[in-house]
Amino acid sequence: MYSVTANLASLGRSAMGRVAAIGRAGMVLMQAVIARPDPLTSFPLLVRQLYSVGVLSMVIIIVSGLFIGMVLALQGYTILVDYGTEQAVGQMVALSLVRELAPVVTALLFAGRAGSALTAEIGLMKTTEQLSSMEMIGVDPLRRIIAPRFWAGLICLPILTMIFSAVGIWGGMLVGVDWLGIYEGSFWANMQNSVDFFDDVVNGLIKSLVFGVVVTWVAVFQGYDSVPTSEGISQATTKTVVYSSLAVLGLDFILTALMFGDL
Amino acid sequence: MDFFDDIIIDIKQLTFSRGDRYIFKDMDMRIPRGKVTGIMGPSGTGKTTLLKIIGGQLKPDSGSILLDGDDIPHLGRTELFNVREKMGMLFQSGALFTDMSVFENVAFPLRVHTKLPGDMIRDIVLMKLQAVGLRGASELMPSELSGGMGRRVALARAISLDPALVMYDEPFTGQDPIAMGVLVNLIKKLNQALGHSSIIVSHDIKETLSIADYIYIIADGGVIAHGTPAQLEQNDSEQVQQFMKGLPDGPVPFHFPANDYETDLMEGR
Repeated sequence: MYSVTANLASLGRSAMGRVAAIGRAGMVLMQAVIARPDPLTSFPLLVRQLYSVGVLSMVIIIVSGLFIGMVLALQGYTILVDYGTEQAVGQMVALSLVRELAPVVTALLFAGRAGSALTAEIGLMKTTEQLSSMEMIGVDPLRRIIAPRFWAGLICLPILTMIFSAVGIWGGMLVGVDWLGIYEGSFWANMQNSVDFFDDVVNGLIKSLVFGVVVTWVAVFQGYDSVPTSEGISQATTKTVVYSSLAVLGLDFILTALMFGDL
Repeated sequence: MDFFDDIIIDIKQLTFSRGDRYIFKDMDMRIPRGKVTGIMGPSGTGKTTLLKIIGGQLKPDSGSILLDGDDIPHLGRTELFNVREKMGMLFQSGALFTDMSVFENVAFPLRVHTKLPGDMIRDIVLMKLQAVGLRGASELMPSELSGGMGRRVALARAISLDPALVMYDEPFTGQDPIAMGVLVNLIKKLNQALGHSSIIVSHDIKETLSIADYIYIIADGGVIAHGTPAQLEQNDSEQVQQFMKGLPDGPVPFHFPANDYETDLMEGR
């Protein structure tokens, strides 16, 4: 009997802990988002974060985009050629990239590359008392540290997604047209006919915007809320990658159902 | 003369707990203005916690902390950040911003809180660095400094806005004898020259006694003794004497509470 109540109590405690963490995460986001920016100081901080979060993620995004586009074209060709419809490779590559793969894979890579870095950076600032000392100097770390990082993630992810799509389509063309010999005219023309700007491109970008909010939010919160020890930071970094990846995959299903399913 | 004619901080009935454990219970403490006040006590008695409560980083369960009439635990977020301009704090680790040079670290409070032109900020920063003897290191990054130098830079940053109150969290811990001597002198001299009030939290008895005008010893959730260094040396409480003389055993036991030694050893058989 005792162990049942003890188990119930610990279940309740961990549930309460989680709810409280979500509440704290909401507070952090609110404080960071409603922070009234001072253009003179905020803009340079934002630019610096755009560089470290966005520009430095370009290599992994470009390389992954290229290979995924190439693989898609290769796989698509081997299947479609049996039916004599290999001209549709262009449309297949473009649609799968723009609608699904570019937003999702970019967000997953972004969580691993930039999200984990954000968490570790903020967590270390907390461990070395830099956040505390900033507070004692009278500067709100939520505005100075969290806000620029959050906005940078939000701005970068859609741009990285577009780059991913463009490079992927180019990779698909390299394989499909230059290597496998699909007629170039039909490769591009089929793509042009089937990809709709609003239904496909804009919806894909909306997805990436949502993923940008989620991944960056998880990353900055995990760093800010981390236990200030080396173990705590390693846990926080792991949590960032796990939680944001799961959130991206789950949200992708919901968004796809809303956008493309007839609900 | 009486130390308490003019006080900068008045702590009344402070209670703070972590879980079920009281760190402070109904504690009163007054910090005189313009003096060096030492707060001493064994590790784990909440000395750093007390500084964080004064700085508004932790909220007590109850009680008031008046800094020039502002009750810190009851201030709103914006008011609290404004009041903090009157405080400087030297963290145990130095807590320099690792992405900025020494110069930028010291300039940071000036840049965010004043609208001074760049050349004036430069002059002030160089003066503060000169005061701690590190003007020549202004272009170095924090990672290139030794522990003692880092703490002196942090001290320059803590006083860059000429605060009314400077708090030192374990300033002497982990310093070699030379760096320690330098810091002791600096804290005393800066206090006299700039006229601010200082609070030093430390368990380095000799150093703290040598510069503090008034000392509080805290243990068991409250103040167990207070007075000038001379008064404390005369204090005949066993607990105070154990701490002042650094005796390993006394009212504060050497052994963490445990089962009977012999039974514990025999149990494994």
